[in-house]
Amino acid sequence: MRKWLLAIGVALGLSALAQTGKLEIFSWWAGDEGPALEALIRLYKQKYPGVEVINATVTGGAGVNAKAVLKTRMLGGDPPDTFQVHAGQELIGTWVVADRMEDLTGLFRQEGWLQAFPKGLIDLLSYKGGIWSVPVNIHRSNVMWYIPAKLREWGVTPPRTWAEFLATCQTLKRKGLEAPLALGENWTQQHLWESVALATLGAEGWANLWSGKLKFTDPKAVAVWETFGKVLDCANKDAAGLSWQQAVDRVVQGKAAFNIMGDWAAGYMSTTLKLKPGTDFAWAPSPGTSGIFMMLSDSFGLPKRAKNRQNALNWLKLVGSKEGQDTFNPLKGSIAARLDSDPAKYNAYGQSAMKDWKTNRIVGSLVHGAVAPESFMSQFGTVMEIFLQTKNPQAAANAAQAIANQVGLGR
Amino acid sequence: MRDRITAFLVLLPSLVAVGIFVYGFIGQNLWVSLTDWGKNPAQALALRPELRFVGLENYRELFSGLVDVRFRQSAVNLIFFTLFFMAGSLGLGLLLAMALDRGPKGESFFRTVFLFPMALSFVVTGTIWRWLLQPQGGVNVLPTLLGLPPLSFPWLTTREKAFVFDWNDLPFFTAIVVGLILLYLGWQAHREGEKRRRLWSLLSGGVLLLWAFTLGRNTPLLPYPEPHGFSLALVGVILAAVWQMSGYTMALYLAGLRGIPVEVLEAAKVDGASEWQTYRHVIFPLLAPITLSAMIVLGHIALKIFDLIFAMAGLDYAPTDVPAIYMYLLAFRGNQFAKGAAIGILLLLLVAVVVIPYLASQLRKEVRR
Repeated sequence: MRKWLLAIGVALGLSALAQTGKLEIFSWWAGDEGPALEALIRLYKQKYPGVEVINATVTGGAGVNAKAVLKTRMLGGDPPDTFQVHAGQELIGTWVVADRMEDLTGLFRQEGWLQAFPKGLIDLLSYKGGIWSVPVNIHRSNVMWYIPAKLREWGVTPPRTWAEFLATCQTLKRKGLEAPLALGENWTQQHLWESVALATLGAEGWANLWSGKLKFTDPKAVAVWETFGKVLDCANKDAAGLSWQQAVDRVVQGKAAFNIMGDWAAGYMSTTLKLKPGTDFAWAPSPGTSGIFMMLSDSFGLPKRAKNRQNALNWLKLVGSKEGQDTFNPLKGSIAARLDSDPAKYNAYGQSAMKDWKTNRIVGSLVHGAVAPESFMSQFGTVMEIFLQTKNPQAAANAAQAIANQVGLGR
Repeated sequence: MRDRITAFLVLLPSLVAVGIFVYGFIGQNLWVSLTDWGKNPAQALALRPELRFVGLENYRELFSGLVDVRFRQSAVNLIFFTLFFMAGSLGLGLLLAMALDRGPKGESFFRTVFLFPMALSFVVTGTIWRWLLQPQGGVNVLPTLLGLPPLSFPWLTTREKAFVFDWNDLPFFTAIVVGLILLYLGWQAHREGEKRRRLWSLLSGGVLLLWAFTLGRNTPLLPYPEPHGFSLALVGVILAAVWQMSGYTMALYLAGLRGIPVEVLEAAKVDGASEWQTYRHVIFPLLAPITLSAMIVLGHIALKIFDLIFAMAGLDYAPTDVPAIYMYLLAFRGNQFAKGAAIGILLLLLVAVVVIPYLASQLRKEVRR
């Protein structure tokens, strides 16, 4: 029996076939994102047909359920071979500081990824001399979406700064548009906040906030909350009950003029709503952030004591390769993290994002795990709550700083 | 003797299992809640985390820490939710039972219909009611059936509050409530002629009230006022919960009503009692034990509520937060295991306050038998 298998292996001349065993991939990609993951797994099976792939998906947006399951498994000493995680501090502040991950710097060198990925991204993935996960895709957080035809109808142009935005908002309100900015549930409000903060603080100040050089209680950081409060006055009051898709729907239906959302909104509008990017709907960097690309990235890491380490390493190689990224991303609606990916495979929005990805200054997103550890992120919702209840910028700033001290932000 | 040994051996496995998996883990949870597990991210998820004993620090932070405002809001929410949920379920259940007790046509049909919601899980109930309470649909368009303009109440998303009070006044209000209860107990003792109980109740109640009105407001928990109150976004959740559980109380009450001997009712009639008087002085007192057991069941459901709110408003919306949800968020999203454990212990204590007196009275009854 074994001879027979060996014979086939030699006959096919594939050294990869020698690779057997299992590979368990843990992720939260189900539903719309499922096909992209499956395509990547198919590619893996082509290369390593001897490996049995276990697709351990736990459903739930942004991994809310998956992360709890992952924690239980890791604490119980049963780590998956590789797992999906938002690249950056979400991984570093949770698993790397706890000494649970393997350093992948060797793999990055070996595969030439230090040149393939932009430096800003490598910086976000690095901590204490190591690089800790392989990014498979890039999403942009600071994008403003609108319908060009509607804006022409109302006689306004996409605002370039938040001051301009507030003026436009007043104009639209006078024209009878009750809430010019469409806003959704809790996390989309935080998403809006990070765009306002990036514009107010600039790329430098934003980075300093997360390295601990700029305090939340600094007048510049308090000013973020002041602007944010004014921007909220332009938004719908029933936000808490809307999903991000329903908020996008408001813009599409003409009940609102703008929505600030990550570029998965482009996938939603072009794939689900069948709108044509660039003509039916359009986009701009969120006010005051042109030239800055606020990124988030899904990535895969290698937990220590993974049962099938070599298979997991092969998976990571595939995830970081040009072929892997160009298979995955057009289906997922994101762009490749690599700089050498093929633009022809992407739609109009994807191509414009790829251009910005190569030329813009790169910073990380707060809400999507790039710049702050989970312990900060999960309590930032409380800060938002304090602000929404009191409308007091100083109170929110104090609470944010208290949490930052508690979790040792930037240490 | 052999019988005893056999009995003991048969019971032993479950005794051991309960000892480890219930009381052992409660003990472990209590220990975790007294440590700093989660404060230091490097230790939170380490293979062998080093836990330091910090005493009651976690509890102190929950009640008076700067960033745990959400816990306090959730605690206030829980109290209001429990009160209104119990009152609503008991009231509606009693009304339905009284109506059915008169034996209307199709009684068994209605009985089944009213009991049906109880067969659903809270997640299903929550999903249905979330649709019904959409701002632009469901309940809000009901008036249009009568040609009226639709309502625009944002059931689950309003930030309005009623009965707002300052958290710093919590010791003050607690002292008054406990003091008044003690005074009431003292008055009862006086009527029953128990002198020692009277003395102690009156004394401690008096001291508490005296403290409340002299120093009670001078010991703020927080350096600034923090308003909390009954979040109106909970009204929708309470509606759904009452809808689900009132069938159950109806069934209990109906059984109770049917169990009242006809002779008693006839005796009341012979004595010339009006219908209301019969209810007030004969039927309701006989239903009291049923009300008590219903309150126990509803009370512990209310204290543990999680899935209904999860399905209706999600985990992240603070105005509908309850401690169970905040515990989940702290432990499994924020890696604050010690603080999560502290909330778990607080919830356990609350449930114990509801359940233990009931268990004790049941046990006493059984012993008497």
